[in-house]
Amino acid sequence: MNVIKWQRPTLATWPTFGRLSELRNEIDRLFESPLNELTGTSQLLSGWTPALDVYEEKDSFVVKAELPGMKKEDIEVSFHDGSLSLSGERKCETKHEDAEVYRAERFFGRFQRTISLPAAVAADKIKAAYKDGVLTITLPKTEEAKPKQIDVSIS
Amino acid sequence: MKATLQKETLPAPTERTQNTQYVAPDVNIYETKDGYTLEAEMPGVNKDGLEITLEGHEITITGRRSAEVVPGETLFREQHGADYRRAFELDPAIDTSKISARMNQGVLFLTLPKSEQVKPRKITVVE
Repeated sequence: MNVIKWQRPTLATWPTFGRLSELRNEIDRLFESPLNELTGTSQLLSGWTPALDVYEEKDSFVVKAELPGMKKEDIEVSFHDGSLSLSGERKCETKHEDAEVYRAERFFGRFQRTISLPAAVAADKIKAAYKDGVLTITLPKTEEAKPKQIDVSIS
Repeated sequence: MKATLQKETLPAPTERTQNTQYVAPDVNIYETKDGYTLEAEMPGVNKDGLEITLEGHEITITGRRSAEVVPGETLFREQHGADYRRAFELDPAIDTSKISARMNQGVLFLTLPKSEQVKPRKITVVE
């Protein structure tokens, strides 16, 4: 929400011009504020949205998520009904009591992301690995979902 | 105290004209009476891809992602894939010979101790 500075109504030398720019400001504000509010709140609500990549290979899907500075135990991966859920919590590793904070750009707290996969996946064969702050999940396709080569004989 | 650690400097123009694109990693910077701690998020970078250079009172952190093959066809992409770089001007109170770095799961922890002379000292008053 934008806070607009209250201005003392003064007699403008060019009243028409004054009004015009006021109107313009008002319109600008109308256009901008709902958008700002939307993006603002969505960020507040979601907190941390780790970047996620999805790749498709012939026999499997590969999901990569950027989760720097986490503990393996704090990452939860689950698969249910065709959708993959990633969640977890990043805890602040070190205590910074009586320290002066100059920059705080890193986010600590919970995150949750769910994606649905475009083809059937063998849930019991899903593998996940966490290295250098990147979580890689390999989801092998089921036999039915794998592309098949069909030989067509032309007579 | 107005510390200069927080002041950022951009990489030299010659480096920016190169084809390589960098993104600035997210950082946290703390100061205690003993020194500074800097944490930089660089997912995909390991110890070998990290380069820390010190020039006078300017420190530059460069993190290169380990080159790995992008698997198959991309369905969805949010990661930028670029290397990381960010430069900071150091507080002159930092003892540059004692700077240490450690990497843990894509996060760089940089410890920048202050030199002994500038640390606050308690002076006991004798009668």
